Parts: sequence; structure tokens; C-alpha cells
Amino acid sequence: MNELSLHILDIVQNSVAARAKHIEIDVLEDKEKDRLEIRVKDDGAGMTPELLKNVTDPFVTTRTTRKVGLGIPLLKFAAESTGGSFSIESEVGKGTVIDAVFTLSHIDRAPLGNMAETMESLVVTNPEIEFTYKRQVGEKRFMLSTEEMKTVLGGLPISSPEVLMWVKDTVNENEKELNGGA
Amino acid sequence: MKSLEELKAIRERVQSSINIRNEGGADSTRVVVGMATCGIAAGARPVLAAFVDEVARRKLEHVMVTQTGCIGICRLEPVVEVYVPGQEKVTYVKMTADKVAKIVSDHIVNGKVVAEYTIGAAE
Repeated sequence: MNELSLHILDIVQNSVAARAKHIEIDVLEDKEKDRLEIRVKDDGAGMTPELLKNVTDPFVTTRTTRKVGLGIPLLKFAAESTGGSFSIESEVGKGTVIDAVFTLSHIDRAPLGNMAETMESLVVTNPEIEFTYKRQVGEKRFMLSTEEMKTVLGGLPISSPEVLMWVKDTVNENEKELNGGA
Repeated sequence: MKSLEELKAIRERVQSSINIRNEGGADSTRVVVGMATCGIAAGARPVLAAFVDEVARRKLEHVMVTQTGCIGICRLEPVVEVYVPGQEKVTYVKMTADKVAKIVSDHIVNGKVVAEYTIGAAE
């Protein structure tokens, strides 16, 4: 996958499959430490110690259509090939936290890419799940919370076209702002 | 800068212009995009986004865009299934964002399946 935002979209599908009600996505960038961290935290079913131990193995999956699960191994590989690191913590009944650290300036680090489209895709296909997207570049922060959005929206569905457009524009504009442009 | 204030304005504007959106009702058409690792790696995200845009542009309030996991034909991803009520499911394969407008206008709006993009034509 040539964008980190695609890895994020993919990894979050595991949280959706684990019936998470709330999923937090953090993308934290620190130029001084030359580090980019992606964290996905859910309150889904969680994994047994045995599954957790094997989950970075491509030949382990909970899916039944095929016997290969590539999402987690691909993200692990992407992080480690930049000299970064990867970890998962999980507990049955509590949820899972995935943490991938990249060397920011490494030539093999893929760009973050289209996070706006990733958030739009997640919201439109999982309107009942609460997503929190936290983005940080140095000291600058931005947060998108579907819970907050729903409070403002009242009865208007979060998957309404006008709302999805707002999600995309908001993520895009803030990304520009965080990177010093606008 | 975009803000929640703006979202509030959207709510007021949209709620006064429509009554109730019929989402997920028995008579809605469902567009289901495969969003497992195979689908995403093959380009499912821009296809999903294109369907959302096209459905919004045409104001098709009876159409729901949703997702599924891997359906086992990874080599034909991105895969999109279209369920029109009362009709058989149609499976489109090797999808791109460019193919979306034709499927929406020919199939979803005018009821004519785009045979050249279907799994039958690819196999």
C-alpha cells in the first residue's frame, strides 16, 4: 500500500470486525524526533493471548473466506522497513491497541496520503461507530470526533452527503494548516 | 477553518429542505464495496468515494453505499455488489472510480446492468 492512510483504513476494519463501538485513530508526527506514530485503539472484542502472539503472522486470520490475513503484517513491515517499530496490545473483552512507529524522514516511509477519504469511507460505511481522529504535527493539533458531530447534527444522519463533504473538507483543511500551509 | 458551527449550519439547511431520508429501508438500493486488505490495496477507497459523490450529486436518496469484507475473489478486486430491490445481485469487478458514473446512471438510475464491467464479462 502506497499511503499510510490506506493502512489505517485497512487496520480499522479489524476493529470494525471486532464490533468496536469506539475507535480512536492517532497520527502523531514529531520532526525533532524524526518520528511518525500511528495508533489505532478500539474497545472491540480483543484477542486471546494465543491469537495475539500469532497475529503478525500472515497465515493467521479470523476470516473464513481465505486462510491468509495480510493487514497487520503489511503495516508491521511498512513500519519496520523504515527503522521503526510495531506493537499490539489486546485483552479479551477490553479491546486492542495497535502502535506503528515510522522514521519520518526514511525514504521508504510512505506518505500519509488521503486521510480525508479514509475518514469519509469509515464514517459512511460505519455510521453507528464513534470515531475519534487525532492528528498532531509538532505542537499543532487537530481532532475530529463523530460523537461531537452527532450532538451537533441532532437527527440528521452522519452519512448525509453534505456532512460527508464537511468531513472531507475539514480533514483536508486542517492537514494543510498543520503542515504550515493554507 | 471548518468548524462545528459550520456543521450546525449544514444541519439547519439540510433539515429544512428534506423531510426524512429513507436510509436502509427495504426499498433502498445497496451498493456494497469490498473493503478488506485485498480490496483496499487494489483501489477500493477511491471507488467507494466516487459512489458516495455520484449518489450525492444525483441526490439519490434511496441509495445506500456500504462495505463488506473479503468475498474470496481477491484477484478481481476492487469488487462492488449492487443490490436493487426485487432483482438479482450484480457483481462488478476490477472497479475504478472512472467506471462509477456509468454504473450509477445506467444501472441504478435506469435499470440497465453495465454487462461489460460485471464478473460474467471478466471470467
